[in-house]
Amino acid sequence: MLAKRIVPCLDVDKGRVVKGRKFQNIQDVDDPVDLAKKYNQAGADELVFYDITASNENRNIFLDVVENVAAEIAIPFSVGGGIRTITDIHQTLRAGADKVSINSAAIKNPQLIKDAALKFGSQCVVLSIDAKAVSENTWQVYINGGRTNTEIDAIGWAIKGEQLGAGEIVINAIDVDGEKNGYNLELTRAIADKVNIPIIASGGAGTKEHFANVLQKGGADAALAASVFHYSEIQIPDLKEYLAASNIIVRREI
Amino acid sequence: MIAIIDYGAGNIKSLQFALTKLELDSCLTTDKQTIENATAIILPGVGAFKDAIEALGELDLIRTIQQEASSGKPLLGICLGMQLFYERSYEDGDWQGLGLIQGDVKRIAESVKVPHMGWNTLSHRQKNPLLSNIKENAYVYFVHSYAVSSYQKEDLVSSADYGGMVPAVVQKENIIGMQFHPEKSGEVGLQLLQNFGEMIS
Repeated sequence: MLAKRIVPCLDVDKGRVVKGRKFQNIQDVDDPVDLAKKYNQAGADELVFYDITASNENRNIFLDVVENVAAEIAIPFSVGGGIRTITDIHQTLRAGADKVSINSAAIKNPQLIKDAALKFGSQCVVLSIDAKAVSENTWQVYINGGRTNTEIDAIGWAIKGEQLGAGEIVINAIDVDGEKNGYNLELTRAIADKVNIPIIASGGAGTKEHFANVLQKGGADAALAASVFHYSEIQIPDLKEYLAASNIIVRREI
Repeated sequence: MIAIIDYGAGNIKSLQFALTKLELDSCLTTDKQTIENATAIILPGVGAFKDAIEALGELDLIRTIQQEASSGKPLLGICLGMQLFYERSYEDGDWQGLGLIQGDVKRIAESVKVPHMGWNTLSHRQKNPLLSNIKENAYVYFVHSYAVSSYQKEDLVSSADYGGMVPAVVQKENIIGMQFHPEKSGEVGLQLLQNFGEMIS
């Protein structure tokens, strides 16, 4: 049986892993390669790296990080932040990433998703959506690190993303990000019900129960989290034991 | 020396890193002479079937691969690389493959999410040295939208369950296919690559 995935997320700034809250108050956490190795050994199913500076001068530092991570771990990882062109995608995959995550650039140029899926295959094109509630059961897509409202409906954009050829969707709930009060189950479920590609829920993880809820009630295929793992508030083996006891299929022998 | 055929897009660096960890010498190449001199060949692959077979055609490598296969040299196809070993694929059309193994490739059933993405378990269908130290129900990492759909039963070594039975490890004499990514499948994947390495040493 296909297992639900636990996905630690590493925000990388100038070659270091950092952690912020609601995209602000950024703090230094660790070396990305050391942390990737640690999560790999703990049984993480996949990793996500976001280049949160993504300025041109830091691009090569980040690609070095990607290559060093690929050399050390034998689990899949995706890379996002600052990916705007087919050349960016090609360089990132060649550096050893398995997937690229496209966010703002896809809003500005939806054709990028289509071109990337045709050239590299849907399996490596992840559409990352930052969504925020504007009224009950209505969410809109934000870009530029959550600062700009595009006024595009998040669910409609997810459907469009699948049609364009994205192989997976990461849904980041801005309202709950960093609050540790649980994932946004309504948003995750609303998107999971409308698309036939895997959904990764992101934002709000605080307890093991939150993971179980989003993987069951939220309909997510994978759950992403950062600080609960970075600060060892939740250990991945404990989390997986808890999920297995809640009748969720997870990979436990690595 | 294992020749990894470098015919285009995708992450092949991880495969090389995995082989290096196992102390298996490899090189990325599109050079016929290098491929002919290699002790084994790996055909990796992500992307579309049509693009891949056309890329191999443009590099004039189709006959080379077929000849090396019939000479008995071990060949490992990974993901799309495995699918290319078959006779046909119906991925966005009807395309001829390398024809090294009998069977064809079709889209995964719509009753499940496509792509089949994530960790799934292996069910072993025969005793085979490729499965040495690989437990029944071991998890490996899959990412694909198409799968081998008709095949010879004796070629099926291990399978996964996803919208029906998905051939996961196949073997026809010296031709081996893995539908998942062993280089991305943790310790289990490294063991599978090592088992392949033992076959060629």
